Amino acid sequence: MKRVLDILLPLAVAALLLGAWQWAVSHYAVPAYVLPAPSAIARAFAANFSSLMTALANTLIITLEGFAGALIAAVALAVLFSQSRLVERTLYPYAVILQVTPVVAIAPLILIWVGFEHITIALSLIAGIIAFFPILSSATQGLKSTDFNLIDLSRLYGASRWQILWKVQLPSSLPSLLTGMKVGGVIALIGEVTAEFAAGSGTATGLAWRIVESGNRLEIATLFAALALLALTGVLIFAGLSLLEWLLLRRWHESALTSA
Amino acid sequence: MTLLSLSGVTKRFPNGTEALRDLTFDIAPGEFVSLLGPSGCGKSTALRIAAGLLAPDSGTVTRDTSEIGFVFQDPTLMPWADALANARLPLDLKGVPHSEANAAARAALARVGLAGFENAYPRELSGGMKMRVSLARAMAAKPKLLLLDEPFAALDEITRNALGDDLLRLWRETGFTILFVTHSVSESSYLSGRVLVMRPRPGRITADIALPADRTNRLAPATIEAQRTIAAALGTVTA
Repeated sequence: MKRVLDILLPLAVAALLLGAWQWAVSHYAVPAYVLPAPSAIARAFAANFSSLMTALANTLIITLEGFAGALIAAVALAVLFSQSRLVERTLYPYAVILQVTPVVAIAPLILIWVGFEHITIALSLIAGIIAFFPILSSATQGLKSTDFNLIDLSRLYGASRWQILWKVQLPSSLPSLLTGMKVGGVIALIGEVTAEFAAGSGTATGLAWRIVESGNRLEIATLFAALALLALTGVLIFAGLSLLEWLLLRRWHESALTSA
Repeated sequence: MTLLSLSGVTKRFPNGTEALRDLTFDIAPGEFVSLLGPSGCGKSTALRIAAGLLAPDSGTVTRDTSEIGFVFQDPTLMPWADALANARLPLDLKGVPHSEANAAARAALARVGLAGFENAYPRELSGGMKMRVSLARAMAAKPKLLLLDEPFAALDEITRNALGDDLLRLWRETGFTILFVTHSVSESSYLSGRVLVMRPRPGRITADIALPADRTNRLAPATIEAQRTIAAALGTVTA
């Protein structure tokens, strides 16, 4: 019953808001280029369904490519950090610099370097750069906070460095890593949208570009439809990673038990 | 004939504290020895040096075996693995074939009274049961020397006594050698055949007491008498 309410209550709020929106637009005769009614947005969505779905697929794939690249690079570097304090002290400041530099500022440079003929690579690279740091810092944190006694014990039983990494440190870092992945996954989408904006006309083919284009043409209903899909993409990424977290941690970690 | 021997072991911590000075003792195969002293007297440091987890500043450590089991004060289990996988860890790390390792881990869990709990995760187990898994893990690889660092200190008295009885039974059945660090006079008087009393700052051994064999239970006159002897030796610590 509680579960049903968890779903029904937000849906009721959505229905109420959309109803009020629909009523307000027609009652006050708000022009469609300022605020289209939900029904108009639904019509625009239906009319542009296939092109919007293509844009959604492009945005999602580029975001996931960037995220996957960031995940691999961040975990690899975190593992290196966990093996050598010297490497960590040497390289960590650069990871921080990469993070604190606003991605919008580096986007044009990356677009030029990678080239507009490889636009999807450039976009996923930008999405990956922004997702990289949260994953790196949480993976590093997770690897470092492994129970020292457990490592000592493994050593006592003759474990090699790699056995300790594989059997003890990596599993123990999972809760922290997954938290970083959830943050990274969501901001990878922000990075992708930013990159599409920076790429400009004729090159990008994702949802963000549809928003810019619809705005320029004053097709505000289509803009809203693309915006809704973009929000949905973010929810999808977050839900997917939360599901992964639940699958991996449900048997043993408190965080997965409380959120289940 | 000695299984473990420390001779003139000293250890100073990075902050300058002299943790151990001239620590010397021998343990013969099959002995159950307690290392008893107040908190902060260096017993855990001595045990880690005996295990080879820590290097002494000077002095020598001789172990006649590399087959060591170690139990910490906390169960120190892998929370992501079930009881069986936890008990199997030493065997996995040694590259023992999976089926053989499983059988040994299963047998070790059964010995500590955890048959049927193979697939339980640490968070599903009570404090005492977690400690039993930890004991099973230490025994799964059939060590010659078992080192225990205040293993029951975090448990309630009832559970502690039950685990103490189990440890004693396992020691009698298997004949491995035990070095047991504790700060409990009653525990050491009942469980071990010999008590090494340590004195703090710097940590060193001040008494080596062999206990009579007729301590059949915790309230046996011989056990009470042993407690008196140990307490007297400890009394010089606080005096």
